[in-house]
Amino acid sequence: MADNKTAHDAPLLEVSNLRVAFPTRTGMAEAVRGVSFSLGREKLGIVGESGSGKSMTGRSILRLVPPPGRVSADRLAFNGEDLLAASPRRLREIRGRRIAMVMQDPKYSLNPVMTVGRQIAEAYRVHSKAGAAEAKRRALEMLAAVRIRDPERVYDRYPHEVSGGMGQRIMIAMMLIPDPDLLIADEPTSALDVTVQMQVLAILDDLCSQRGMGMIFVSHDLNLVASFCDRILIMYAGRVVESCRASELHAAQHPYTRGLLASLPRIDEPPGDLPVLSRDPVWLTAGREA
Amino acid sequence: MMIDIRDLQVRFGRGVDAVTAVDGVTLSVREGESFGLVGESGSGKSTVLRAVSGLNDEWTGRIAVAGAEQGPVRQTGFYKLCQMVFQDPYGSLHPRHTVDRILAEPIAIHGLGDADARIDRVLRDVGLGPAFRFRYPHQLSGGQRQRVAIARALVLEPRVLLLDEPTSALDVSVQAEILNLLRRLRAEHGLTLVLVTHNLAVVANLCDRLAVMNRGRLVEEMSVEELRRGAARQPYTLQLLRASQGYDRATAESFRDYA
Amino acid sequence: MTARTDTPSAPRPAGWRDWLTTDTPQSRAQARLGRAWAGWTAFRRNRLAVAGLLIVLALVIVAALAPVLAPHHPYAQDLNNRLMPPSAAHWLGTDAFGRDILSRLIHGARLTLMIVALVAATAPLAGLVIGTAAGYFGGWVDTVLMRITDIALAFPKLILALAFVAALGPGIENAVIAIAITSWPPYARIARAETLTVRRADFISAARLQGASSLRIILGHIMPLCIASLIVRTTLDMAGVILTAAGLGFLGLGAQPPLPEWGAMIASGRQYVLEQWWVAAMPGLAIFIVSLGFNLLGDGLRDVLDPKGD
Ligand SMILES: Nc1ncnc2c1ncn2[C@@H]1O[C@H](COP(=O)(O)OP(=O)(O)OP(=O)(O)O)[C@@H](O)[C@H]1O
Ligand SMILES: Nc1ncnc2c1ncn2[C@@H]1O[C@H](COP(=O)(O)OP(=O)(O)OP(=O)(O)O)[C@@H](O)[C@H]1O
Ligand SMILES: [Mg+2]
Ligand SMILES: [Mg+2]
Repeated sequence: MADNKTAHDAPLLEVSNLRVAFPTRTGMAEAVRGVSFSLGREKLGIVGESGSGKSMTGRSILRLVPPPGRVSADRLAFNGEDLLAASPRRLREIRGRRIAMVMQDPKYSLNPVMTVGRQIAEAYRVHSKAGAAEAKRRALEMLAAVRIRDPERVYDRYPHEVSGGMGQRIMIAMMLIPDPDLLIADEPTSALDVTVQMQVLAILDDLCSQRGMGMIFVSHDLNLVASFCDRILIMYAGRVVESCRASELHAAQHPYTRGLLASLPRIDEPPGDLPVLSRDPVWLTAGREA
Repeated sequence: MMIDIRDLQVRFGRGVDAVTAVDGVTLSVREGESFGLVGESGSGKSTVLRAVSGLNDEWTGRIAVAGAEQGPVRQTGFYKLCQMVFQDPYGSLHPRHTVDRILAEPIAIHGLGDADARIDRVLRDVGLGPAFRFRYPHQLSGGQRQRVAIARALVLEPRVLLLDEPTSALDVSVQAEILNLLRRLRAEHGLTLVLVTHNLAVVANLCDRLAVMNRGRLVEEMSVEELRRGAARQPYTLQLLRASQGYDRATAESFRDYA
Repeated sequence: MTARTDTPSAPRPAGWRDWLTTDTPQSRAQARLGRAWAGWTAFRRNRLAVAGLLIVLALVIVAALAPVLAPHHPYAQDLNNRLMPPSAAHWLGTDAFGRDILSRLIHGARLTLMIVALVAATAPLAGLVIGTAAGYFGGWVDTVLMRITDIALAFPKLILALAFVAALGPGIENAVIAIAITSWPPYARIARAETLTVRRADFISAARLQGASSLRIILGHIMPLCIASLIVRTTLDMAGVILTAAGLGFLGLGAQPPLPEWGAMIASGRQYVLEQWWVAAMPGLAIFIVSLGFNLLGDGLRDVLDPKGD
């Protein structure tokens, strides 16, 4: 653990010209087309419409792009270590222990025929040599930390017996239990109600500010990202079209970003049709560095 | 009253492990109204919908839909009256069925006949053309899948549509499209909507009235005008309103559990 | 990218290939064929699987055309030419009664194919019905059905088959029945496991909300998701079925002489195995090749059909 507590200004993650491509019948389809950014011990938000490549960007960092997808990059380094050159064994060590990822679709990521408690405990035991009792104790603590009431009871439930929001918190607990240095959270709170969401985010926030954890936060919720993150990348069709400080999102310039913001319903507005995006082909080519 | 629920109780499990997921909920929704159900995660919102729709048969209390008292097990005719749309567009369509088959099945079950015309009409209704008719779900985007799920619910021409977080898995511009679609369908077909969501802004956009749930109980009912003015009475609702304004570390600290 | 409200225009497809691979099929049949085509394209990429398919196809063709292909009658004895080594007249030699081994193998392909087809048509089907019912209904239905399955599974397969044949009397039909009865439990297990992972899925709830009966849900929604893994498993098991049938034949409990069943042929050649090796080796080779073919095919099918691959 001591080796990675480098100076705070050294980037935790460097990504340059990241590309993810899938072979299709008509040639290679690029899901991510040259994304570059670097991440310190901060909270980086990635927003953008569905299919813009947010998840693929997150997954490619851990080399979890589903086959036959291919990842290439000029540089993809975690703590100075080249992830593209890492052996499968080294990658397995890094995954979970150093970099954790909360996947979209918690219901699909949980094993439907194993109790959720056991799944969390297993996640802990894979990375530490803890015994069964110790793992269970830690799992219960973690469930309590993500604001699950009655952890003892939830521990013995199967995934179909927990509500959507509980499933998401269980996933978060599972990912946080090995104490990672970098958390990639793909829509981690989309099924949570706003109060619990805020409490779970507070936990993540504290981990970032107290332990110096870095975080990539993928979300559709522009207001949330604007208030939670430090910096934001806005993706469209596999590119970063705009990046800004989170506090300045509402002053964003790009018409795409403006369109996304406009399509949000607001509590203080009367009901009525919402403007929907109309896409401009120019957005496909005009990319920017982050 | 289109939907009338009195003192609904739903319990899961037996003995010491029993959970009371819904504890004495009473609410009613007028015909043609759009009703929002919001509240904490795990507070029993989905469970209420599942009891009304007939998916859950272990409840006590009284549920009446369109004036007819409903027992735990529904008659086949009930499903022509009341349909439901699920949260996850990736899990609610059978992966090996084409859109055509998905939409043809309810028609076959209810012996409605004239399947081709009905399928074409309902696909057009949800803004998908006939070109989508023979696609498999994996050939559709999330928003398109959700439209298919809505089409499946509409194909029986129900009068009540129960929606369990229909847009929370979708991005904001698709969410806007689906909300616009629901508003139009409601106007065209005189649908009664019950919408479960976490997003108060969605409620403000689509609903006339809402109820707030916490820990299996209904804590407050209010109109959308009151919501817009922030005129909530219960502390839990006020907390929900504060949480809707975006993340703030200090606000998160101030939150507490209301039992 | 996600297409939106706009209806994708459907240009007139150019060739049959485009017609099959289009994203906007115009009819049920086209959608189905397109899916089959996509599966075939994936399957074709696996050389070994194609080899397996060719072996299995060859077995079918040989069995269908046996009287035409076989140079001699399988029962025609010629005691002057007993135990002749492979030669131009008898490519694979002759057996202890001077019968042409090649001809017997060719006719034996019919028996092998029949055994395989009968077992493949019964055991997986029984397993599918029992497993999906147990998984879908749960509760006491599940308990009862799975206890029965466990009990059936606890007996060693060949021994149980032996016991059945002993009770029913030797013969190829009884051997098939015995094999089918002893091989359904693993299929039931697989079908139940698959059912358990999907029965809570929203699309099953949605089907119930359409008013679909349990029968309709099991047949139309759950079984299609189990079938892929069952087909794979069945294909992989066929090698074992052939070997079990041959084993029963070898022990004299399966096909009875003079039927040219491959296992029985090995048995009758075993007393000459040191000097006239071809009498036992040729049917052995046939069993080996056909088993290998089914295994390769099954592996290839797994890559194409396994739903987890989607
Ligand atoms: N297995 C695959 N084969 C081919 N293309 C794929 C595959 N998986 C994803 N893609 C494509 O990659 C692109 C980016 O997908 P990604 O999942 O990163 O989107 P996203 O921004 O996370 O969207 P969402 O908000 O819906 O989760 C999409 O256009 C998608 O079609
Ligand atoms: N099949 C089940 N068995 C046991 N408990 C269940 C089952 N289904 C739901 N529950 C419990 O009932 C309670 C209410 O669940 P429900 O799904 O209705 O919540 P919800 O309000 O929809 O939450 P969310 O917003 O997170 O989806 C939860 O505590 C949940 O764990
Ligand atoms: Mg994604
Ligand atoms: Mg719910």
